[in-house]
Amino acid sequence: MNPPRPRNSLKHSNYLFLLPAFLFYLIFVLYPLSDTIYTSFTQWSGIGEKTWVGLENYKNNLSDKKITSSIKHSFILIIFYSFFPIIIGLGIAGMMVRIKVKGMAIYRAILFLPQILSMVVVGIAWRWIYAPKGPLNSGLDFFGLTEVSRAWLGSFDYALPFVGLIGTWVMFGFTMILFIAGVQKIPSELYDAAKVDGAGAFAEFFNVTLPGLKGEIIVALVFTVTLALRNFDLIYITTGGGPGTSTMIPSMFIYKKAFQMNQVGSASSLGVMLTLLIFTLISLIIITLREKR
Amino acid sequence: MKHSDREKLIAHSLFILGSFIVLYPFFSILFLALSEPGTRVSGFTIPTGIYFDNFVKAWTDGGFSTGLFSSFVVVVGVVSITILCSIPAAYAFEKLDILGVAPLFAILLVGLVLPYESLIISLYYSMRKFGLDSTYWSLILPQIGLSIPFSIFWLRSSFRSIPISLSEAAMLEGAGRITILIKILLPQIIPAILTLTVLLFMWTWNEFLLALIMIQDPEMRTAPLALSYFAGNKRYGDPAITAAAAIWVALPVLIIYIFLQRRFISGMVTGVEK
Repeated sequence: MNPPRPRNSLKHSNYLFLLPAFLFYLIFVLYPLSDTIYTSFTQWSGIGEKTWVGLENYKNNLSDKKITSSIKHSFILIIFYSFFPIIIGLGIAGMMVRIKVKGMAIYRAILFLPQILSMVVVGIAWRWIYAPKGPLNSGLDFFGLTEVSRAWLGSFDYALPFVGLIGTWVMFGFTMILFIAGVQKIPSELYDAAKVDGAGAFAEFFNVTLPGLKGEIIVALVFTVTLALRNFDLIYITTGGGPGTSTMIPSMFIYKKAFQMNQVGSASSLGVMLTLLIFTLISLIIITLREKR
Repeated sequence: MKHSDREKLIAHSLFILGSFIVLYPFFSILFLALSEPGTRVSGFTIPTGIYFDNFVKAWTDGGFSTGLFSSFVVVVGVVSITILCSIPAAYAFEKLDILGVAPLFAILLVGLVLPYESLIISLYYSMRKFGLDSTYWSLILPQIGLSIPFSIFWLRSSFRSIPISLSEAAMLEGAGRITILIKILLPQIIPAILTLTVLLFMWTWNEFLLALIMIQDPEMRTAPLALSYFAGNKRYGDPAITAAAAIWVALPVLIIYIFLQRRFISGMVTGVEK
């Protein structure tokens, strides 16, 4: 038995230490959240009384083609924001198992750069790259591919994947750094054992590296999927949801409905749906990946 | 030996390629911003000379002196109050006896993944009700609330790494909780507080959606918000001036990043991992 720990007798006053932080959290996070949930069951234009309509807003959202397709767009963006960067990061990390690269600190600083910038700045930089007379089209012209060049973000077919590629650009350095740091924490005995068993590079990757990076993969998935589903800033700056509704995402609809169309109840219900979607996906990621351990 | 040399070469070329891809958009708008005003830049050429006219025009026409000031006020408010409130809370969670630590902490964890989108509507109408819309408080107060979960989370794990014997010794000598926190524990976690400061600074500086909704007065716009209005304004349709404006907005974070990049990276990587 351990000797009894000296304890504070004034237990109730211990809560005072929590009070300021919880007051802020309660007033500016928990209250707005519950208020949004309540409003989501009402019809409200922003002025006057809220009219209780039950699940009406949710039903309307699910039967509104524009909204369901905006959710579909979010899932397409997950491919670009999560899937591509994670594949790139894993590929590079898998190669880096036994190599120590000189100047890694500089590479890391550069690769991390997109993470620190305002999405407004990132969006403006890429808007220029994709502009009709921007670098991408100039490059295509240079190689004689003039007929390929176009206003990328103004195209119904290309706007969504090209916005997605911005997400890949923002995220791939982060996943690389995360996974390379993770690989270096895997005990080298595991790799030696794999070598003794005669494992090739692929077997080594799938039997040692990939399981060893499980924690980092969960982190990367949660982080990138959340950003892909929210993503308001980038869409607002680059396409505003257009052309048409080809790059509309739920958070853009929430903004438009609440602050331009005065459909506050409906916007709130979409906010609740987005939150539930994010919570569900995060739980799924954590549960499915943890259990295989 | 030869084999590993070749591997190293491949690794280097991949990193250089990756660095090029990351840096290209930066240099692309930097060259654009430095180009001669009025000339048509193709975006695929290196500029012939360096002109700072676009930076001057962006600064004077875009209202970025007030934008940077507003952002600065908001950042100072959010970062200082968040840290001041989070330190005692994290301390209580980790070192003091509290009933219901687990459920209280779980409630905080919800805030880590909660999207702003689910709060802004209610926040907007509440702020309007209290006459706080279009004030700095409408940006500072909600962002404190939303920064607190991560901050407590971050500081709690820093307190955890301090051996319990340190505070026990002081407690036996009769030191109170506040004395122990300030005199013994805080000096141990100063690096962690610095990293947290840097992260909160960056997140607050870059916040956009809240400012877009709360701030109608052009004089109160934060830097990213001023930039978005500037970029969307047809009168300044010149991409070179917009590029210069974007660089103004990015510059403060970039400068701090250059000096403190290790804190940014270790903070983000370990922060999201925790």
